Amino acid sequence: MIQAEYYNIFVKIIDQLAVLDFLPPVWKFILASVIAALVFFHVIAIFALVAIWVERKVAGHIQDRLGPMETGWHGVLQTLADAIKLLIKEDIIAGGIDRRLFVLAPVIVFMTALAVFVVFPVGENFIVSDLNIGILYIVAISTLVVPGIIMAGWSSNNKWSLFGAMRSAAQIVSYEVPVGLAIVCAVMAAGSLSMQTIVESQAGGFWNWFIFSKFPFGFIAFFIYFVASLAEINRTPFDLPEAESEIVAGYMTEYSGMRWSFFFLAEYGNMLAVGAIATTLFLGGWQTPISLLSFIPGPVWFTAKTMFLVFVHIWLRWTLPRLRVDQLMYMCWKVLTPFAFVSIFGIGLWMTF
Amino acid sequence: MQSVNQYFLNIYIAIKSVLIGMSITFRHLFTKSVTVQYPRERLPIPGTSRNLLLNKIEDCIGCDQCVRVCPVNCITMDTIKVFPEDDLGLASDGSKKRLWLPRFDIDMAKCCYCGLCTYPCPTECLIMTDEYEYATYERNDLVFKFTDLDPIQIAELKEKDHIRSMEKEKKKLETAKQAAAKPGKNGGKSGEGT
Repeated sequence: MIQAEYYNIFVKIIDQLAVLDFLPPVWKFILASVIAALVFFHVIAIFALVAIWVERKVAGHIQDRLGPMETGWHGVLQTLADAIKLLIKEDIIAGGIDRRLFVLAPVIVFMTALAVFVVFPVGENFIVSDLNIGILYIVAISTLVVPGIIMAGWSSNNKWSLFGAMRSAAQIVSYEVPVGLAIVCAVMAAGSLSMQTIVESQAGGFWNWFIFSKFPFGFIAFFIYFVASLAEINRTPFDLPEAESEIVAGYMTEYSGMRWSFFFLAEYGNMLAVGAIATTLFLGGWQTPISLLSFIPGPVWFTAKTMFLVFVHIWLRWTLPRLRVDQLMYMCWKVLTPFAFVSIFGIGLWMTF
Repeated sequence: MQSVNQYFLNIYIAIKSVLIGMSITFRHLFTKSVTVQYPRERLPIPGTSRNLLLNKIEDCIGCDQCVRVCPVNCITMDTIKVFPEDDLGLASDGSKKRLWLPRFDIDMAKCCYCGLCTYPCPTECLIMTDEYEYATYERNDLVFKFTDLDPIQIAELKEKDHIRSMEKEKKKLETAKQAAAKPGKNGGKSGEGT
């Protein structure tokens, strides 16, 4: 049942526990999977708790305000209080909606956000499953968010929701192209689709990371991936699907309480995910920048790089105004996509000669 | 060719302006915030600000000028003339107080904060304070009552006043009767006596 190439740290841990020897291997595998899912669910939840607080603090200080200050030290418990409020809120399901799709939509959106965490190479030996098609798996899974969002928008029976869902679908489908092409750049440079191999091929100092080693093509590819992934997770300046000033809250308009907070968790989970993917593909994953600092373990580096990218997300959000729909599409098809082709061509030449 | 140049120029301008914007927001991340943590920190109130009205009732001579000047009629005042045996003392400007004030109510819900009532006050007992936090749950709680007399006293005073006015009325009737009996003397002008 457990293939050799499906190397799984949780399976390994469960295998080594003598207490569980009475279980057949299949059950051990299922147990390991459930534990892995729970671990990453909590990673997303805790990250969201912290990131929402950080985002509000950064937003406040960028605007010369203070942000949350009342709950706990400098408002650290603010998100916790908000989460409790959301949990005890009434679960409103309005009349005239398609109940089954309405209930299912946040589950699908959150599930896709959670599923990509399977292949993140957090450390040298810390990866849930080092699939040999890891990055392709991410591209495939993260596209599944589109049906979820369209379900949410359509089942709500609300024009704002439908507009938001349509915009989101158009945006994600369009930006999947530059994202895919930018990923191809890194895949070509590494010669593998496996996340762990991509990281290993960037070993030996920061000048070997794809962002610097294939300059300028690697840098262009990283830049394209960063911008396009911002658009793919619907963050400012590409937050048209949930533009408050135009369409209330987009596809989330009719949701409240815990169902809404699942969308919110998915948004922050996606932020973490695209930060982790950019780190893996272009910033050397868990590799240390210089060998002098190799005493710091890999997961710390991975987390630090990801958090830096998440901080840049937040920073950009409070800097830039929202794009118009035509500007969004102009940027995708006329700027990012051609440049992605150029960098693919450049890296192709580089790898050939 | 020109449109190609324009295309690259646009990209250059876009990236440059985003970077400028990011540097500005990054600088603001570390500038001191302008927030005043209100209930705990407060900015000083300007001396001429107009907030909650206060009547120092022990100094009020009941001259009625504030009531008459108020554009929204938010001040209600009842006065009872002193009785010969009463001594209310002097107001701060040295004038003798001649009126009991069983009622001096200011409805702050009606008040328009023009401050006109404070100017004519001869003893300067009606003033604008710097108190601005007096929100209440009931609209009636915004009627500030300033009288220093307790309800029993007010009832006694009203009773006494009533008796006095009855007596006066009686006297007036008598004088009128006498005047009717002795025609030629001043008609019915006796009601105005002090």
